[in-house]
Order: sequence, then C-alpha cells, then structure tokens
Amino acid sequence: MRYAMAIDTKKCVGCGDCVVACQTENNVPHGYCRDWIVENVSGSYPSVQIELRSERCNHCDNAPCVRCCPTGASHIAEGGIVLVTHDECIGCGACIESCPYDARYPHPEGYVDKCTFCKHRVDKGQNPACVDVCPTNCLHFGDMDDSNSDVSKALKNRKWKVLAPEAGTEPQLYFLT
Amino acid sequence: MKEELFVSGRDIPNIDPYLHIWHWQIPLYLYLGGLAAGILFFAAYYVIKGKEKQMQTTVKWAAIIAPIALVLGLGALFWDLKHKLFFWQLYTTIRFTSPMSWGAWTLMLITPMSIVWVASYMKEMIPGWDWKWNILNRFEAWVIKYRVPFAWVMMVLSVILGVYTGILLSAFNARPLWNSSILGPLFLTSGLSTGLATIIWMSKDNHERKVLTRIDLVLIIVELFLIIHLFMGFLAGSAVKTEAASLFLGGEFTVTFWVFVVLLGLLFPIVLEAFELRGYHVPKWLPPFLILFGGLVLRFVMVEAGQITRFLY
Repeated sequence: MRYAMAIDTKKCVGCGDCVVACQTENNVPHGYCRDWIVENVSGSYPSVQIELRSERCNHCDNAPCVRCCPTGASHIAEGGIVLVTHDECIGCGACIESCPYDARYPHPEGYVDKCTFCKHRVDKGQNPACVDVCPTNCLHFGDMDDSNSDVSKALKNRKWKVLAPEAGTEPQLYFLT
Repeated sequence: MKEELFVSGRDIPNIDPYLHIWHWQIPLYLYLGGLAAGILFFAAYYVIKGKEKQMQTTVKWAAIIAPIALVLGLGALFWDLKHKLFFWQLYTTIRFTSPMSWGAWTLMLITPMSIVWVASYMKEMIPGWDWKWNILNRFEAWVIKYRVPFAWVMMVLSVILGVYTGILLSAFNARPLWNSSILGPLFLTSGLSTGLATIIWMSKDNHERKVLTRIDLVLIIVELFLIIHLFMGFLAGSAVKTEAASLFLGGEFTVTFWVFVVLLGLLFPIVLEAFELRGYHVPKWLPPFLILFGGLVLRFVMVEAGQITRFLY
C-alpha cells in the first residue's frame, strides 16, 4: 500500500477551502497551516500563465525528515504516511531544516507538526478532509498500488510533475499539469 | 523576459517568508563545541606525545575552558529545543542516519570526560588540593594511571565532535549552502584553530606559544583552502548551489563573510602570526582574538545564510 495524492493544477481555483478544512479537522493553531496554496505566475504580458497548487507534506518515499530525526519521532507509518510522534519529539528543528518543501512547523505546544494525510480518517476508509471539501474536485487521494484508486486513475491519462525531484526525496504529491 | 511570481497564503512564524527556525543558540553551540574540541584535541595530543611538561597550559590550564564551553554550548542547545521536557528522548535511541543523534551521544561521553580530565590535574594546578572523599582520590589515581589511553579516547572523540559541528549542517540536503561535505573538515579545522587561539592567548610560556602558533598558521592556511574548495564546489554545482554561493558573492552576506571571517579572521592573523614568529612585537592578544572572533562569525553566517537557501520550484 502506498498512499499518494494527485492535485489538478488546471482545476484548482485557489479558494483555500482545503486549508480551512484541514485547520478545522486537525485543530491547527491560529496562524499555522498544514496545507497551503501557491500561486505561480510566469511569463510576461500578454502571454502569462498561472499555476495554482494546493501543497502539503509530500509524504516522501525517501523522507529526509525521518533520516535527520535524532529520536525517531518522525517515522513512516503504514502506507508511507510520514508522521511525528509528539511525545518523542524534542523540538530540535532538524526535520524542519531538512524538508525542501517547508511542510513542517513547530506547534506552539513544542513538538513539530505537519500534514498526516488525515490518517485518522483514512484508517476509517474516508478521504483526507482537504480532498472531501474541495469544491472543484481537484484533489485525488488513494493507494498507488491499486490501479482502481482515485489517485491512480487521475494519473493515468494526464501529464504530471512532482516538486523538486532533484532533491531526491521521491515525493508522493503529483501535480497534474 | 520571463518573469515569475510566487504567492503563498502561508505566514507561519519563523518559516515564512524565510526559514529562521534556528536562532543564535545553534551557531553559538557549534562555535563552543568546535572550540572545546580543539582544546581537548591538543591537550590529549601532547599527553600522548609525552610532552606534558613542555606544554603545561595546553594540557592543564586551557583544558579548563573545554568543559565550561561544552556546558554553555549544551545549555544553548537545550534552550533552542522547543519541546524541552522530552529532551531525554535523545538518549533512548541511537539513530545512525541522524548526525544530531550521534552528536548527542558524543557530547554525552566527551563532556564528563573533559571534566574528569581537568579534575585529574587539580592537584598539580592547585597545590594542597584534596578531594576529601577517598573514592574520588582512588578514581583520580586510576585516571592518572591510565592517562594515555584516556587521552587517546578523548582525542578521537574530539575529532568526531569537531567534524560533527559541520556535518550537522551538511546533512540537510534541503539547504543547498549547507549541503557540502567540505563543511565537516572546514568546521573541524576552524574548531582546532579557535581552540589553539584560546591556548595561545592563555599561555605565558614562549616556547609553547611558538610551537602552537606554528601549528595554528598551518591550520588557518588549510581553512582558507577549504573555503576556496567550498566555493569552487558551489560554483561548479547546480542552480541551487550557485544561488547559495551568490549570497556570499555580491549578496547580503558578502561583507560579513569576506571582511570579518576571511580578512580579519584568517588573513590578518596569518600575517600577524608570521610576524610574531619572526620576532616582531605583536600584541599578544590580537591574533587569538581575531581568530576567535572570525570563527564565531563563520558559524553565525553559515547558519543564518544556510536557512535562506532552498530548492527552487
């Protein structure tokens, strides 16, 4: 089993519902977020392009945060989900420094926090909160090993890219372009 | 012309727009750790060589600085932790892929060893010193008996500590400025040099000062070579590396780095020490002060600048 997410950059309107859904679902403290929207405008007038990306932890196969963690608080759970055990985290910040996507933040309570792919929901057979709430249906979540999963089907007929593949982290967020 | 604009809805404290999760505590600790490693390395080295008598300051007096620096450095590290009450989790596991883990274990060994080292010389440094309890006197006798093997272990650990202060940063592939294997030897050399500077500053023995100044000269020249290699690596590297180097080649850290670290912290001390060795009068405190200052700025600049550099996507 290998959980992953496909994000359709052509359908995303940048409304930020995924961000709010996550903050509500996971009780994210005010001023912080586990997912966010990036607006990338490129080119020059009149030929300007815009790409909207709903970003979060990439749940990398080769996760540098797990490699750098001195206590083992950062670990890879079933399905490749990268998690932090709060009671093992000392808040040293090594994982935050090691993440090329800046997906982690220090929770005001001291430990480091990040996207969990809503594991508590996924374990019950539900989708992550951001996926369910997206009004344009641009987020697709599922098991990469299952060819009938939402994410596998979304990736089948589309071009996609991952962010900073040269960092060697083997990220598991696929951006449909 | 192609223009790019990134807008992100995020504004997380200490992460956006630039990562600044490590403040002054980390560079200060890296500095103190390297300094202690340098002092302990030379103290152990001269005991192994059997030159305790000729190098009194190196072996005994300057060694007092090492445990003080280590304890202060550990204090800074602890200060930096955001989940402080869980710090003991460091010592429930050894994770070989995490430099911070084996660094924590190295500190766990070398800090008490440096205290024992100083304690074992107390009777020689302060005549009439008594440990009061018999068990401490017996322990002291045991340490003195096995001083050379003790010194060997400490020398190896001090090298690990010195390298670790650099590897801690270079293990982060996400920060292109840090992600260079030169950082390990560079921080080790700088640590050894700042350690020597401390000893030279404290020593009143002209022979000892002369011997150590010669070694220091070589170390500073090695350090300059390593800095040149560091930048050669960056400039021959990928876009993220050249971007990282540009912070020092015209970017916002240019003056701080080239003036305070390279010119005042390395080149100027070389000239002063060379003149001193030729018999010219140079204020005794000046070269060590410059070296210590340059080393401190090096740590601060690297930690600050490194956190700004990132992958471009």
